[in-house]
Formats: sequence, structure tokens, C-alpha cells
Amino acid sequence: MELRADALAQSRRLRPWSLVAAGAVVWTAAYAVNRPLWEWLVGDVAGLDRGARLGGAVEFFVYDTTKILLLLGGIIFVVTVLRSFMSVERTRALLGRHRHGVGNVAAAGLGVVTPFCSCSAVPGFIGFVAAGVPLGITMSFLIASPMVNEVAIVLLYGLFGWKVAVLYAAAGLMIAITAGWVIGRLRLERWVEPFVFETTLHGRTIDPGAGLTWHERFAMGAEEVGRIVRRIWPFLLVGIAVGAAIHGWVPEDFFAEVAGAGNPLAVPIATLLGIPLYSNAAGILPLVEALHAKGLATGTVLAFMMSVVALSLPEMILLRRVLKPRLLATFVGVVGAGILAVGLLFNLIL
Amino acid sequence: MDIKVLGSGCANCKALEARTRAVLDDLGVVAPIEKVTDFADIAGYGVMTTPALVIDGEVVLAGRVPPVADLVAIIERATA
Repeated sequence: MELRADALAQSRRLRPWSLVAAGAVVWTAAYAVNRPLWEWLVGDVAGLDRGARLGGAVEFFVYDTTKILLLLGGIIFVVTVLRSFMSVERTRALLGRHRHGVGNVAAAGLGVVTPFCSCSAVPGFIGFVAAGVPLGITMSFLIASPMVNEVAIVLLYGLFGWKVAVLYAAAGLMIAITAGWVIGRLRLERWVEPFVFETTLHGRTIDPGAGLTWHERFAMGAEEVGRIVRRIWPFLLVGIAVGAAIHGWVPEDFFAEVAGAGNPLAVPIATLLGIPLYSNAAGILPLVEALHAKGLATGTVLAFMMSVVALSLPEMILLRRVLKPRLLATFVGVVGAGILAVGLLFNLIL
Repeated sequence: MDIKVLGSGCANCKALEARTRAVLDDLGVVAPIEKVTDFADIAGYGVMTTPALVIDGEVVLAGRVPPVADLVAIIERATA
């Protein structure tokens, strides 16, 4: 009797893992078969000429949609499960005692691994500052979190290869660290809305990451995939459609003439263009991929992407609640300058 | 029993409120749910990742929308 109960308990503990393993196998098979499948369906079954504009655009559209959905699903699941071990609350505790400089590096690094949604930006900011984390260090965290975003990095890897992905992550971290440090040195605490410093923290802080079972973590991962895909699929389709159109109809090397690596205005324009555009990384990447394929320089492309993701209008409207206009402007200015520098640098060296 | 849902209107926050409401109705617990959206108040509870659930002044969960079973367990523990 006891042996059977033990065996049952054992199998119940293993069940989430076997499901995840099966899922991984299915995912890998789907990813491998993606390109040949659509080549066959579009070329042979539907009879479209893949070299022509319409055929090329259609194939790009269906292939890219499948690829990105697969990548997204995989990354979000894995990252959510890993991140369920971290929390903003624990990050705050870790950051409380660092000095400037080191603190900026730690904050940027933690910003990457800590789960963070844009709705946490303001409570997070208040929570950090009210707990005594210096303004500059808080800023490093706030800049790194949305910008060095796992979705962006893995999609970049899937679309451009690992070199670009690593460069993006490194550049994002450098910007977060430097911008946060600069803001800290400028001593801009007086431009934070006063109520933030007056907020007293009462109540026991709860750590959302503690005490979860694997089953719960996997469930969170699956839920997050569903939630994010449901939220962004219109952006994604629009981004891919525009990318497909560019792929099919814009001549090769079009951008190389108009906005190639030699043109210094390309990067500032790209950075400015990114500010009013709101998208998360997944929606903008297909567009970025197509632009790059048509000759837009890598540095310009990265600057555009960073600008869209890090200097988003909605997030700035949210941050206005806690930052006075001058601090907000400084924030945009410093981060924007960093993005500009990175874009120009990459155009030079790549 | 004093129940508050902390959150400023993102989809998760609404989902937590709706799910809590549903669980309360199922359990037959009569209690109003107060929605706290002011950022200063939310941060005052020590919460940095919304949504969060506060029962009788104590933060019982934060940062996620738990499955119904977990919510049921939490509320039953609070009413015990």
C-alpha cells in the first residue's frame, strides 16, 4: 500500500517535468521544419513564384510569423520560469547597500533578470527610492529592465545571429549603467516628486518568488506566454506584414544609398523616430529585420530598436507621476544620447 | 474581512480583482473588494509588483494572478 502511494506521489512530482520535456521536443521539431514546410507550401502547393515580389512577401509573412511565435513562446516560457526565482522585492534588498558605480552595475544587471512589467515601473520606483536606494542606481535598474529584455535578445539572436544579440545586450547594459551613474552624479533628487520621499513603507514585504513549486512555476510560464501573445499578436502581425511588404517591394540596398553607414544623420533620425512609436520588442523586430535586409546599417537599426523599446511614450507618461518634467527630460536626454552614441559607434566598427 | 486589490489598471490587476470576486462569490463570503490604484498607497504596503492582494491589512500575495485553487486556499485561511 505504501509503495503505491509513494509511486503515485513520485509520478505526480514528475508529471510537470514530463509535460515540459514533451513540449520541448515538439517545439524543436516545429522550429526545424518551419522553413522547408513553408517553402514547400508556398512554392509547390500554392504555386507562387518565391522569387517574385508577391510570392516572396507571402512566404516571408507566413514563415516569419511561425518562427517568431515559436521563438516567443519558447523564450517567454523559459525566462518566466527562471525569473520566478527573482523578484523586485529581493532586488531592492540586494541593492540597498551598494555605493555608486558598483551599485549602477548591480542595478543594471539585476534589471535584466528581475521580472518587470511596465505597470511595476512606478510602484517599483517609489519602492526603491523610499527604501533608500539612491536615485541614480534606481535609474540604472529602470533603464535596463525594459531595454535589455529577454524577448528582444532572443529574437535578435534568431533573426541576426548571436553577435548582434550580444552587442545589443552589452550596449543596453552600458547605457543603463552610464545613464544611471550620470543622473546620480547630477544630484537630481530635487526633481523627484516630493511625495515619493514621504512615502513610508509599512507592512511586511512579501517576496513573490519564494516557496513556489515547479508545477506552479511552469504554470506561470505557460500563462505568461498566453498573456503576452494575446496582447501583442496584432502588433506582431502588423510588424510582419510591413516587413513582408518591404521584403517584397523595396529594392535591395535601398537604404544603403539613402541611409547607409556613411550617413551620420541616419542614427539621430532613427533614434528620434523611435520615441513616439510604441511597441514591444516582438512587434518591432520583423520590421527591423526587413529594414536591415534592405541595407539599413546595423547601428542605425539597433538605435531605432532601443529607442522604441526604452524611450516609449506610454512609459514616460507613467513616469511623469514620480519624476518632475526636468528630470524626465534629463532621463530622455541622457538615455537618448547613449542610444545615439551606441548607434554611431556600431556603424563605425561593424 | 477587509479585502483590497492593489493595482493601477493593467490587465493582470483587473484579472486578480475579477478572480477574487468570483472566488468570494463561490465561497459565499460577503465582503467588499476595495481597489487601490494610487501609486503612493501601493508602494506604502511594500508592494512593488502589481497586482497584489491585501486582506485585513496584510499583504497575502503580490506579483501574480494565482490559479483559482490558490486563491481559495488563501481566502479560506483568512476567514478561519
